[in-house]
Amino acid sequence: MISGSRGSKQWLLTLPSLAWLGVFFVIPSILVVLTAFRPADLHGGVGAGWTMATIHELRDPAYLPILWRTVWLSGVTTLVCLVLAVPMTFQMARVGPRMRQWLLLLVIIPFLSNFLIRIFAWKSLLHPEGPLTRLLVWLHFISEDAMLLNNVGAVLLVLIYTQLPFAILPLYAAAEKFDFALLDAARDLGAGPWRSFSKVFVPGVRRGLVSAAVMVFVCSVGQYVIPQMVGGASDEMLGNKIAQRVFSDRNLPHASALAGGLMLAVLVPMLVVSIWQRFGRKEAS
Amino acid sequence: MDDFLVIDHVTKTFGAQRAVDDVSLAVSPGEAFSLLGPSGCGKTTLLRMIAGFERPDRGRILVAGQDITELPPEQRPVNTVFQNYALFPHLNVWENVAFGLRMGRRPREEIRSGVDRMLELVRLAEHARKRPAQLSGGQRQRVAIARALVNRPQVLLLDEPLAALDLKLRQHMLMELNTIHEQVGTTFIYVTHDQGEAMSLSNRIAVMNAGKVEQIDSPEHLYETPRSSFVATFIGDANFFTGKAVEMQHEGYVRVMIEGLGSPLVLSNGVVSSNQMLRLMVRPEKISLTLKRPLSGERVNAFPGVVEDSSYFGSHTRYRIRAGEHLITAQLQRSRFSGGEISPAHGTSVWMSFHPDEGRIVRLEDAA
Repeated sequence: MISGSRGSKQWLLTLPSLAWLGVFFVIPSILVVLTAFRPADLHGGVGAGWTMATIHELRDPAYLPILWRTVWLSGVTTLVCLVLAVPMTFQMARVGPRMRQWLLLLVIIPFLSNFLIRIFAWKSLLHPEGPLTRLLVWLHFISEDAMLLNNVGAVLLVLIYTQLPFAILPLYAAAEKFDFALLDAARDLGAGPWRSFSKVFVPGVRRGLVSAAVMVFVCSVGQYVIPQMVGGASDEMLGNKIAQRVFSDRNLPHASALAGGLMLAVLVPMLVVSIWQRFGRKEAS
Repeated sequence: MDDFLVIDHVTKTFGAQRAVDDVSLAVSPGEAFSLLGPSGCGKTTLLRMIAGFERPDRGRILVAGQDITELPPEQRPVNTVFQNYALFPHLNVWENVAFGLRMGRRPREEIRSGVDRMLELVRLAEHARKRPAQLSGGQRQRVAIARALVNRPQVLLLDEPLAALDLKLRQHMLMELNTIHEQVGTTFIYVTHDQGEAMSLSNRIAVMNAGKVEQIDSPEHLYETPRSSFVATFIGDANFFTGKAVEMQHEGYVRVMIEGLGSPLVLSNGVVSSNQMLRLMVRPEKISLTLKRPLSGERVNAFPGVVEDSSYFGSHTRYRIRAGEHLITAQLQRSRFSGGEISPAHGTSVWMSFHPDEGRIVRLEDAA
């Protein structure tokens, strides 16, 4: 069959990327999971033999609030990023091609400077003597002794700032392909501007919404630099614990167990959602 | 209640260009009316103003006596069948048709029966659960019509409804549209650039050119008595001659002096005075060809010429005939050539003739 032979040839095209994923993603991930079942040795390496001890240590109730904080911070970040990005990309797709390129450039510009430097910039912005704090105090929005830095709010703010482009780019790709004549049709059929937007535009870019949500959530869950730099002592995310196990405790098996657990915590819900979506779609058609 | 949809001195400018220039027209209830013209003539802009997507700079639009000029599209008693149908890809056929009623927050039972009845009307009941992407072009169009009509609009706008279909399907949908119009009795406004479509779909046609309405008339009148050479060429083919009125006659005829051809006698339409420069139009199929000069004494205009070329179209043959600097197109059914069995070949000398009633005086314009 013609389509069959073409299909197998297309398979060949994906070989390089499959090989890349296999060597640099799948195998390391398996190694990480395997390491979790190894004993730690005293010099920060991995000992011989197998043990379940590290897995049992994960039941430490101290992890629970950290896991919960990681999930809700990532969840809120995802939600806020989508709420900001959907109307933004709607406008970007509607303006003329020149303006569109400028806006796209503005979204990408932050990537041109180093991530750490941008976090430092936020640190000085939010600092008690920083311009933002001074301005808000001067406007009487906050009191003189309010702290904008080193709390969970700062972590959330900087998370959203960092992740927003990752929501905008996939959503913009979807919005650009959206047929805006459909909005005319919706208005014509009695939907006001808001309902045309929510009933026709939002479903029209739902693939972009899903990839934006996955992108932002996954990238947020693994963060540890932001909580460390702008958060307080009680604002740690799971990433901070992993970093701590690696860099200060020198306990690789424990870090691996945490990382594996986090991976499962992200992958399982995603798998459930995608299976449910596929199943639901089959039933609808 | 004769004037149901009224366009009252409407003007719309985009930048320096007047897309619609002081247009006024009135459509009767239940009428099938076409806006016909070449691309860029302003017909689509006019349609979008009726639908509410554009706001006129000046003028008013009324439906059933209500001024809708300032209403947003969702509040107008008007629905549109869009050029590429603009069906919602994430909804199935049934949900697409139900969209308008749902937006109107109608009772569930009314939505169900209304949508079912409308799908019955456009014969798509068995496709109700399919997505638009799974339908053929003709089916998509019927969904678009059902989706608009289910809201019981007072005016249905159809933007180039047949442009996206292939020829066979187009002819079928022409009849289908006429049937649907008869069944629902709603006022239909078509926008089209295709004169054949406009002629077979509508009771009356407004021919538009450069933002203005050239003529509003029934298809027959537009074809038989076009008022301008633009209308004459846009609807059908035409031969034009520029000449001077030389002799007025009692019965409403005028003799026109045409340089290099002769002085045919034609209907004056009561618009001509002596010595006036004017333009004469004769349809190609109104011209007869004979080998011999037609009998004199008959009130017939006859001129000699030489066949330059001919094209055979099956149902008819077209000839190009040279008479001095004039190149005249004549269109004949084979049997009507009275010179015997053979068709006149290249280089044959022939006589062209037409009856005085078949000549039309049209407005003299710069553009031919």
